[in-house]
Amino acid sequence: MEVGQMQGRLVDYTKSLFMEGFLDGQFLQLQQLQDESNPDFVVEVVSLFFDDSEKLLNDLTMALDQPNVDFKKVDAHVHQLKGSSSSIGAQRVKNGCIAFRNFCEEQNIEACLRCLQQVKQEYYLVKNKLEALFRLEQQIVAAGGSIPMMEMGF
Amino acid sequence: MNSSSGKGSMSTASSSAAWKAGDAVPEQFPAGLRVLVVDDDQTCLMILEKMLRTCLYEVTKCNRAEIALSMLRENKNGFDIVISDVHMPDMDGFKLLEHIGLEMDLPVIMMSADDGKHVVMKGVTHGACDYLIKPVRMEALKNIWQHVVRKWKDEWKDFEQSGSVEEGDRQQKQSEDADYSSSANEGNWKSSKKRKDDEDEAEERDDTSTLKKPRVVWSVELHQQFVAAVNQLGIDKAVPKKILELMNVPGLTRENVASHLQKYRLYLKRLSGVSQHQSNPNNSFISPEEAAFGPLSSLNGLDLQTLAATGQLPAQSLATLQAAGLGRSTAKSSIPMPLVDQRNIFSFENPKLRFGEGQQQHMNNNKQINLFHGIPTTMEPKQLASLHHTAQSIGNINMQVTSHGAQSFQNNSLLMPMAQPQSRGQVLNNSTVGHAPTLPSSMGQPILSNGVAVNVSPRNGIPENIRAPGYNPVSQTSSILNFPMNTASELPGNSFTLGSTPGISGLTSKGAFQEDVNSEMKGLGEFLSSYDTFNDLNQHKPQNWEIQYVGMTYDASQHSNSLQDNLDLMQSVLVQQGFSSGQVNGQNRSAAVVRKAMFSAGDSTEHVNAQNVNQHLNSLVENTIRVKSERVADASAANLFPNHFGQEDLMSALLKQQEGILPAENEFDFDGYSMDDIQE
Repeated sequence: MEVGQMQGRLVDYTKSLFMEGFLDGQFLQLQQLQDESNPDFVVEVVSLFFDDSEKLLNDLTMALDQPNVDFKKVDAHVHQLKGSSSSIGAQRVKNGCIAFRNFCEEQNIEACLRCLQQVKQEYYLVKNKLEALFRLEQQIVAAGGSIPMMEMGF
Repeated sequence: MNSSSGKGSMSTASSSAAWKAGDAVPEQFPAGLRVLVVDDDQTCLMILEKMLRTCLYEVTKCNRAEIALSMLRENKNGFDIVISDVHMPDMDGFKLLEHIGLEMDLPVIMMSADDGKHVVMKGVTHGACDYLIKPVRMEALKNIWQHVVRKWKDEWKDFEQSGSVEEGDRQQKQSEDADYSSSANEGNWKSSKKRKDDEDEAEERDDTSTLKKPRVVWSVELHQQFVAAVNQLGIDKAVPKKILELMNVPGLTRENVASHLQKYRLYLKRLSGVSQHQSNPNNSFISPEEAAFGPLSSLNGLDLQTLAATGQLPAQSLATLQAAGLGRSTAKSSIPMPLVDQRNIFSFENPKLRFGEGQQQHMNNNKQINLFHGIPTTMEPKQLASLHHTAQSIGNINMQVTSHGAQSFQNNSLLMPMAQPQSRGQVLNNSTVGHAPTLPSSMGQPILSNGVAVNVSPRNGIPENIRAPGYNPVSQTSSILNFPMNTASELPGNSFTLGSTPGISGLTSKGAFQEDVNSEMKGLGEFLSSYDTFNDLNQHKPQNWEIQYVGMTYDASQHSNSLQDNLDLMQSVLVQQGFSSGQVNGQNRSAAVVRKAMFSAGDSTEHVNAQNVNQHLNSLVENTIRVKSERVADASAANLFPNHFGQEDLMSALLKQQEGILPAENEFDFDGYSMDDIQE
């Protein structure tokens, strides 16, 4: 596929992610931060996010698996995840975390477990989406093209 | 985002200087602003760093609060503003905020994904200059420079005398700092505030001071004059114009007085509010929040209350305190309070108690700050002042000592880690520069010495003696440090530059700070120990000292009493002084604490005798003075004390003691710090 086409696909794909709520304005900010001096900025940050999140999700799973759940700890982890997901614009993950925290406050284990599942799901979804996005970008660059700047009208 | 290293537009040092110059903001400003970002979340950290770089700021990122603190300490003048996350695993963001506020007085912006009102409120009460909700956007970061400039402007305004200088000052200050050889301490201030050590009167400061310093350094003497004027007019009727007239200090402007008055009032308010916080030293952070960070008054209140609570304060002192407007009669932990207050009051040179460096090292990091802050030193700075005054001579000594410290502020920071009293002694004096009195608990160095840079210009010239050497580290019992450190109010720059450093050295390692008192207290205790020594030196008989000091309403404590009594005396005295500046928070507290510590130390140790106490007091006073130069500190001790005791008497008494007593450890070898030198 030629560069122009690929670029078109990228733009459409990105737009859809925004439309579907996977990503929000914050992601755009990240993209805007990327420049020639830091051409892989977004990829780097998102990779960091993936690493952090997986660790957090693991910790959460373990914490909720305890006989005596330490809700403070769980809440701390969720708060952390909420912060990082919101920083990169992973909107659905962030929203999942918000709900999660509420249940933590109520110390409702069942609900927390459900939330955890939800958050995990959203996380893996957005992870896949972003990875696909990056692959598209790589292809474009490899083909000699440049990544189009997103202009979202949000 | 451009890659031009915008930040490089100015070199750090000069850039800060340049920026600081308020009015003459360089074209590139705010480019080059040096930001320290602290967040345990790597993702956020990276994003923030990139955003800040894009704003052309110079960014340093850090994912651990402890590391951030040490970075700040090592390089006091290395940053202009700090952005910190609230929730961090190793240290609570608010704690970090407090530390920074106390030690370095840099503007701090808190941020969090948590946007709950109570959390934001916490930021406010802890003194954060802003609170950002995550995810942080570029727009929000672009404007953070305003906080830096605002701080500068405030400081300049206060002290600027000659008006123009801002840039010149800054440069000068920087050079001055270098002169002082102070360590980082200077650095910090310079960047953020006018250094108090540039006291007008302190010509000794030599070149630095000679430079036209716009900043007024509220030395102990000056502060005493101020307090005297305020008392004369009546705290309610004291208006800057009249105070200025009464003081009749050439070169002092109404603005200088006005800002100082404001601080003084806050300090007093804080003293009155202190009592509440006293109860729990551990709450030092907590208490100070309300009190100190913002309103010094609470701290002040705390101090008094603490004092009162502990019952240490004799009725009279309480009354005095109350009279002072504090209305706190609780002398809680007998010690700390007064010490702290004192310090606060005297924080002349150092705008903040910079416990800093030393402290951290010595004491638990967190605790240290608390020491000063939370020290519900019943000893209001005023008391210290009064104490000083009563023993004018002593006071002078102390003052002087501190002034030395102040002069050498820089040393303050050094003081802290003083492992040996000697160095401390000197440092103490020097450190008065308002460095956070590092009560190195671990080091046993009296931090106070650092912080309390009472600018007291040596009235009598005593000074060195007092400092003297030989502050045997009074074995301070932990009791000493009972300061109810609760209020960790920011003891800004706990600069306990206890003039009586000699004693301070002794203090070190004294007394185990009581557990409740945070380790910080320990620092004080240590400090106090040195005080004891000092006292010994200064007074042969505690009683005398007390009498002298007390001239103020205490009658009690004719030594033998626990240090606390002395402290109480001091406190009451101080209170009487009507130390209204609530500003002396933190510092005052520290001073008070210190004093208390000293007193306690006195009790516990054999040295404890009135002398010791006196010494401590002296040192405390000094410290307090140093403690917050900005704060009331200027109200030289004399002011604090309701009665102005012949300084000469005190001084001579102190001197006598010093000479006579020289403790074994006389480490204080003040290197020839002549009191004159100290004077700024």
